[in-house]
Amino acid sequence: MEKVVFKRPKYMKKAPFHYCPGCGHSIIHRLMAEVIEELGIGEKTIGVPPAGCAVLAYDYFDIDMGEAPHGRGAALATGVKRILPDRIVFSYQGDGDIAAIGTAETIHAANRGENITVIFVNNSCYGMTGGQMAPTTLLGQNSTTTPGGRDKDRDGAPIDLSEMLAITRGAVYIERTAVNSIKNIRKTKKAITKAFKVQMAGLGFSLIEILSPCPTNWKMSPVDACKWIDEDVMQTFPLKVIKDETG
Amino acid sequence: MTTKTKKGRIVIDSKLCKGCYFCMSVCPNELIVISTESNEKGYYPARFTETKDEKDRKCTGCAMCAVICPDIAIEVYRG
Repeated sequence: MEKVVFKRPKYMKKAPFHYCPGCGHSIIHRLMAEVIEELGIGEKTIGVPPAGCAVLAYDYFDIDMGEAPHGRGAALATGVKRILPDRIVFSYQGDGDIAAIGTAETIHAANRGENITVIFVNNSCYGMTGGQMAPTTLLGQNSTTTPGGRDKDRDGAPIDLSEMLAITRGAVYIERTAVNSIKNIRKTKKAITKAFKVQMAGLGFSLIEILSPCPTNWKMSPVDACKWIDEDVMQTFPLKVIKDETG
Repeated sequence: MTTKTKKGRIVIDSKLCKGCYFCMSVCPNELIVISTESNEKGYYPARFTETKDEKDRKCTGCAMCAVICPDIAIEVYRG
């Protein structure tokens, strides 16, 4: 008898993604839907999508979602969690959203130890608006606003937001993963599971930073973009558990 | 007579596939190719080369193609 070993997760609508070919967003969406299904929290999870490429995430997740203004994901998630403390609340944000426009909200939500989970998708550029330099753009990386490469003296150095958040007292679990290979995708799923469990146990703020390929704006083929994460992005943003105070 | 080793099979939804080549790059038996005909979005989707009735099927149903597929276009069956 043949059995299904892999199919679309329950909380992912049968809708075609609008993302470019090889985009990491849709892999992360699927992993989150799988985790939500496995933990059995689909009926009580509330998601907060960002402004950015993932702005239409509510079209794909079959759970309750509320759109946040640009960068304010952690602030909106804080409000939702405080009004409905029995729900599992996550904010899904890109690097421009969380590390530029929403830096203040994010740092203070982490510092207050809000019992929410933040998924931080780092593709080292502003994806939706056409590949401009983001705070996370690597030194030497070409973008539409740094032709010839990001220069430290002129443009500043990339920001290590996860490391910054790790020194706040309220942050409990922070890990950086990637979705550029089978191994890293499996590790990312484990990390998301742990972050949700941290929230379910009421321990405090959890954040997973996920390095994600953006082949369109990096001007690479999807397979090359995954290799570039291995070779270059991970030199600046090494994969590791940055903070774990779960005991 | 039934064979002892379990065989796998995948189904690729050509309407969802955007031809990113991820599945091709991870398939250990190189059983996935790109179609010569485009889908309705204009992408050339991936195509599974084995048929169900074929002898000596190589697909083991490891599901690596489905795990890395960004568009949830692949379903995997085993048994």
